[in-house]
Amino acid sequence: MNHLTEEQFVLYYYGEGDGSPAVRAHLDACETCRAEYASLQRVLNVVDSAPVPERDANYGAQVWNRLQPSLRWDRRRGLSWWPAPRWAAAALVATLIVAAFLAGRYYPKSQPAQTANAGQVRERILLVAVGDHLERSQTVLLEVVNAQPGQPLDVAAERERAGDLVAENRLYRQTALRTGDTRVASVLDDLEPVLLEIAHGPDRLTAEEVENLRQRIEGDGILFKVRVVGSTVRHREERAERPAGQIAGQNTL
Amino acid sequence: MELSDSVAVAQARAGDSGAFRVLVERHSRNLFRLAYRMTGHQQDAEDVVQETFLRAYRQLSKFDDRASFGTWLYRIAANCSLDLIRARKRRNMQTEAGAEEGAPDPMQSLPDPSPTPDRLAMSGEVERKVAAVLADLSEMERTAFVLRHYEGMCIDDIGRTLGVQPNAAKHSIFRAVQKLRRALEPLMSSAS
Repeated sequence: MNHLTEEQFVLYYYGEGDGSPAVRAHLDACETCRAEYASLQRVLNVVDSAPVPERDANYGAQVWNRLQPSLRWDRRRGLSWWPAPRWAAAALVATLIVAAFLAGRYYPKSQPAQTANAGQVRERILLVAVGDHLERSQTVLLEVVNAQPGQPLDVAAERERAGDLVAENRLYRQTALRTGDTRVASVLDDLEPVLLEIAHGPDRLTAEEVENLRQRIEGDGILFKVRVVGSTVRHREERAERPAGQIAGQNTL
Repeated sequence: MELSDSVAVAQARAGDSGAFRVLVERHSRNLFRLAYRMTGHQQDAEDVVQETFLRAYRQLSKFDDRASFGTWLYRIAANCSLDLIRARKRRNMQTEAGAEEGAPDPMQSLPDPSPTPDRLAMSGEVERKVAAVLADLSEMERTAFVLRHYEGMCIDDIGRTLGVQPNAAKHSIFRAVQKLRRALEPLMSSAS
């Protein structure tokens, strides 16, 4: 009698394949295979009981609350992701924020208390802007990194967004360098060539181009750095929202 | 009346944020479980859930109505999880290169050790071993195994999710099971 193979055991355990009645019959008749199958069952049952932290019934609502600020809805146009005119406006806003921040830093300071307060407000505005910029950059990178392997990818929308992000990126990098925030400046420095590559590339990438870009993003750990620095900036942004007395002085981004 | 996934998708495509919210609230917990099984970390799993919905939102216009929305989300979540795992491996390699030895592998430390009846059946050693073996599986093996074993997805769907032939998905599951058996059977026979 030929014994069952391990593959047959596995398929039988999961109820896959069309040989179940034959496997069942063999198990009924063969003690060796029955013991072997019991051993497999024990292992997989143990694996099955590995714990997963539970999320309560409100978890979906919590996810939505975190997600909502990143989504843009337009009922007239249907589903849209930051339509172009908004991006033009975003670049303008970025310019104004940076200009206001720098003007505030270099303008003569005659009233220290008021200046300190204004400085905190400027810092908060800038943190919000940089955090938002990193989040949007991350979305563009994820589009490439999560692309289906071996398939071409339509990046027309990402290309347009990357073009807008490049302009913002330069402004924020220069500001970060001026304020001595080398960590933020460094990640923006790493980010810029990738954004440029997407912005100056074709609307449709071949599978090979997608793979090259993915390797570049992953090989340099750019996505990870953007995520980590973005999270740090958000954390500082939250701290900057606290009342003035609770804030330790921060001059960097 | 509860919206079906397909109706909610159609409404979300038309710009109804409330319909997308329904989808987020409906699928978040399942995605978290999948992401946690894949990454072994609560925070990473949270990030994966977030990224999955962001990407789903961006790609909603490309979603094929004939497919299952849940399966489509799973595919995105599995890819997001793999990205995180790859990034973490690189990060660990960089850390190990510069740090002192003995830094614990995050996959080895399962959170929430509070006992439940199910978990009491499994010793801490076996638990750690399961986590370690899962962490050592190749990306394809781990994804295919998690989708089959924990999520109950059939092999054909796993193949579609991973963009490979069903046979390749099947063999990834076989290899994963083999590795688990090799690692766990000695522990279990010594315990019994």
